[in-house]
Amino acid sequence: MTSEIISDITEAEQGTSLWKDAWLRLRKNHLAIVGLVLLVALIIIALLTPWIAPYSYETQNLELGATPPSAQHWLGTDIFGRDLMTQIMYGGRVSLAVGFVATSVALLIGVTWGAIAGYVGGRVDAVMMRLVDIMYALPFMIFIVLLMVVFGRNMLLLFLAIGAVEWLTMARIMRSQVQSLRQQEFVEAAISLGLSPGKIIVRHLIPNALGPIIVYTTLTIPAVMLLEAFLSFLGLGIQPPKTSWGLLISYGAETMEEFPWLLIFPGLALSITLFSLNFLGDGLRDALDVRRSKD
Amino acid sequence: MALLEVNNLEVSFVTRMGTNKAVDGISFSVETGKITAIIGESGSGKSVACYSLLGLIPQPPGRVDGGTALFEGKDLLQASESELRKIRGRDVAMIFQDPMTCLNPFMTIGKQLMEPLLFHRDVTKAEAKARALQLLEEVGIRDPANTFDNYPHEFSGGMRQRVMIAMALINEPKLLIADEPTTALDVTIQAQILQLIADLQKNRDIGVIFISHDLAVVADIADQIVVMQQGKIVEAGDSDHIFHHAEHPYTQKLLAAIPGDSKQPEAHPETLIEVRNLCTWFGQGKDAEPVKAVDDVSFDIRRGEILGLVGESGSGKSTIGRSILRLVPVTSGHVNFDGTDLTQLEGGALKQMRRRMQMIFQDPFASLNPRMTVFDTLAEPLLLHGIENRKTVASGVLKLMDDVGLARNFVRKYPHEFSGGQRQRIAIGRALATRPEFVVADEPVSALDVTIQAQILDLMLDLGKEYGLTMLFVSHDLAVVRHLADRILVLYKGKVVEQGTGGELFEHPKEEYTRALLQSIPGRSLLD
Amino acid sequence: MWRFISLRLLQAVPVILAVITVTFFLVRVAPGGPFDSEKAVLPEVKAALEAQYRLDRPLFEQYFAYLGDLAQGDFGPSFKYPGRSVNELIAAGLPVTAELGLYSLLVAVIIGGIAGVFAAIKPNTAQDYIPMTAAMIGICMPSFLLGPLLVLVFGIYLDWLPVSGWGDIPGDKLLPSITLGSAYAAYIARLSRAGMLEVLSQDYIRTARAKGLPEWQVVVKHGLRGGMIPVVAYLGPAFAGLLAGSFVVETIFQIPGLGRFYVQAAFNRDYTMILGTTVFLSTLIVLFNLASDVLAAWMNPRLRAQFGGK
Repeated sequence: MTSEIISDITEAEQGTSLWKDAWLRLRKNHLAIVGLVLLVALIIIALLTPWIAPYSYETQNLELGATPPSAQHWLGTDIFGRDLMTQIMYGGRVSLAVGFVATSVALLIGVTWGAIAGYVGGRVDAVMMRLVDIMYALPFMIFIVLLMVVFGRNMLLLFLAIGAVEWLTMARIMRSQVQSLRQQEFVEAAISLGLSPGKIIVRHLIPNALGPIIVYTTLTIPAVMLLEAFLSFLGLGIQPPKTSWGLLISYGAETMEEFPWLLIFPGLALSITLFSLNFLGDGLRDALDVRRSKD
Repeated sequence: MALLEVNNLEVSFVTRMGTNKAVDGISFSVETGKITAIIGESGSGKSVACYSLLGLIPQPPGRVDGGTALFEGKDLLQASESELRKIRGRDVAMIFQDPMTCLNPFMTIGKQLMEPLLFHRDVTKAEAKARALQLLEEVGIRDPANTFDNYPHEFSGGMRQRVMIAMALINEPKLLIADEPTTALDVTIQAQILQLIADLQKNRDIGVIFISHDLAVVADIADQIVVMQQGKIVEAGDSDHIFHHAEHPYTQKLLAAIPGDSKQPEAHPETLIEVRNLCTWFGQGKDAEPVKAVDDVSFDIRRGEILGLVGESGSGKSTIGRSILRLVPVTSGHVNFDGTDLTQLEGGALKQMRRRMQMIFQDPFASLNPRMTVFDTLAEPLLLHGIENRKTVASGVLKLMDDVGLARNFVRKYPHEFSGGQRQRIAIGRALATRPEFVVADEPVSALDVTIQAQILDLMLDLGKEYGLTMLFVSHDLAVVRHLADRILVLYKGKVVEQGTGGELFEHPKEEYTRALLQSIPGRSLLD
Repeated sequence: MWRFISLRLLQAVPVILAVITVTFFLVRVAPGGPFDSEKAVLPEVKAALEAQYRLDRPLFEQYFAYLGDLAQGDFGPSFKYPGRSVNELIAAGLPVTAELGLYSLLVAVIIGGIAGVFAAIKPNTAQDYIPMTAAMIGICMPSFLLGPLLVLVFGIYLDWLPVSGWGDIPGDKLLPSITLGSAYAAYIARLSRAGMLEVLSQDYIRTARAKGLPEWQVVVKHGLRGGMIPVVAYLGPAFAGLLAGSFVVETIFQIPGLGRFYVQAAFNRDYTMILGTTVFLSTLIVLFNLASDVLAAWMNPRLRAQFGGK
């Protein structure tokens, strides 16, 4: 009897979960897959940079100066004679780190905030979301510039400041997800089965709210990287001796007339990364669209 | 010559998955002055067939593969887009299922109403307005002059459908295509709209195609009936033939799905649940008057009976069920379940009681967690209430699947891989998993196709006997409830208007509202 | 409708007040006073300066005095350039920045809107892919990269257009406006495409087709209004973004606008200047947000009715 049941279950047709479904759809989206592959490659390069960078980061060679791309220096050198590829690799570490860390900050605050507001509801929700509304109306871009001016160019502060801006949208998305899910009949069914709120959140709410959160996270990372590059370009973000793509673009823009490669290659690095993340985000959005998988 | 003569119409949809023949060589005709009903369940191709006549299916993926459709001698399928445009809205007009979404919310109804007239005919704005007002009056819009510049959201569903009808008729078309025009409406409103369509059709002597999933709806108005299944016509004939001499098994199945006689009530002496002065109000902010969804309702449910709860939208019927199960906060009143006041329970005690009462929901698409397999869904209650342990849970799940008639090899599949009826079986299995004594069934079949409805209702009745269930059956459909329930409660605006056995209510309704409700049951003549 | 507007205006007051307060105290608690970085300043000179700028008084008194000044429309003096006031700088810079912002917004709305609508009419065809790919490039080409590249190509290599200035040489407004507007054109293209796709799948579009209207009338008369609501609601945030973007664009093209003044003030640590400009720009952004919200709500008859009167 028991063995019969076990064989009944193990031999039953394997269903296709929505995640698997989404992955199958994503795999058909060539641009998103290209983005994913590029992104993974960039992350691996960034992680391995100290070991694989062709030249040392600090060593200057003032005699050499700026040279166009060559066999020794694939992407050329900057005005101090430093290898541009090495610079871009180290700059990418910083840019990507800002992107991922600040997004994580936003994710953590936003998801918690939104989930609580959406699940508790009522007055708590009203107060919490009113606060988000007010903060939304604040001109954050200007505030970040102000913060950077007032407190100096501090990387930790930059993470926090950018994360503090981006969590607002995350909170809104999470709240509306939780709120609409709460009204779904399967959550009512779980309540009527007697499941505890904790179990309902873990088993029924989070797995279903995850899709939009993943999509938005993927789209927040490039937005954050842009913000960092923007500030660094103005000289208000990352400071030498550290570097980032925004800073490299800023230097490149100063000398582009004589040494255009100093602008073009860092710009290319930033654009390609933004492309990958945006295409991946768009692809995920289409793939995870629950409405579509219904029919 | 017939007004419209469709011959061998074939329409298919080309998708990446392959070609799907939606309409497979159908032929029918519509006469001037007659109503032709096309009946079929979802996926039968009934709407696609009619939309393709007017070039209203998106192409691609849709594709007309062949056939002819002669409208006054002209083949619509061969007509160019600009020729079709001249026909659409002028000679052939349409009304659709959901009046809530079919009117443009950004435009006043007056503007929308005049649009087809101004576009197709050479009239001035003033003439168009006069004509529009006249039609609004005719379809029963009160005070058209003052509502002319209102937006759709200021009208109720029934009124919007009247506006849609006026809009369709404004150019005096020769053919009207009505696609499930009453499906989204309450029963009493449905009866009014059906009457309106029948009257307008007679007065104007035009041809009508009436598309519906429900034979009962067209029973009183259709002259000709065409029954479709999977893109083909299985049977066609006049109303008398279809209702009294149907030959095709599918037609007979559809007829059988129309609920029959009143249930012979059985005696159930023991009271299981006492509902006393139950109020469930929903606040609307600080100052606004609360919505009294359930307003001072008292009744008993006896052990082993099926109690029917009938009402239209806004009657509070669903909220009563949810209030008893403590799924919405109760404002005041008591619910005694086998001697325990449910409204006072919290925490562990409430969880213990929850095991004894369960709910079956209306929408099988929304009532199952899309990320859980059948196994997970059914195992959850079994494990939660310690009915099975980790070792025995598999056999418990399979037993439930057997009970609700689901094949065992579906156990690892996800909800989106099932049809609506199968999903409802899973939901029923989940509700029965805790071995409850009492089940609230909230419109459990109204989202399903008619033939599936009958299967699910039969399943519920069988299981009810097998498990010894007491059931609160919530529905908008008096005919279904009469067929199933031992006693019926009629609700109106949060209050109980009348109660009694099906026989009592149908033979001797005491209240005005009950009488109106009975009058509105589509195809009443079929019930007796 | 007026109730809605006044309600939203009332809500804007605490936001603006919060901006002023936060900015004021942030600037005041900044490490190092505004004159500390200066080379050796005689103690009595420093005291005189501090008295002049009220720095000798308690912080809260300074705050309320500043609020009082603001109420009279006085954004305060500049620390670094004695004799110049924030008001003067705003008067000099605002018209330039406003013009730049207007052109950029026009570029963004017209190009972005048209591209988005065209893409939505024929989804998943070349008519969709081409503008949407261009939009993606626009999003991934931030102004601080696009600006220098445009200068390099059109200003230096091709020598078609001037590389800097504003209103000095004909054509010098072209590159800055495109640089600033292109990213927003890209966003608006995506937004309007999504909005139109959503609307065009609605049942009432089918009703319009069933009336026999030609496709362009269906799109323009029945689709556009609903499809453009998200775009209108986005104009507020877009405006805030444009202002911030003007920091970069005005720096790249050496345009004497508010953005460049702001960046210069930031580098000079001219605290009153930063304070005054921040308050001014923030108020502007809050008001513009309000305007775009009101406009978006007004376009929706249901919301319009909710807030009283048609």
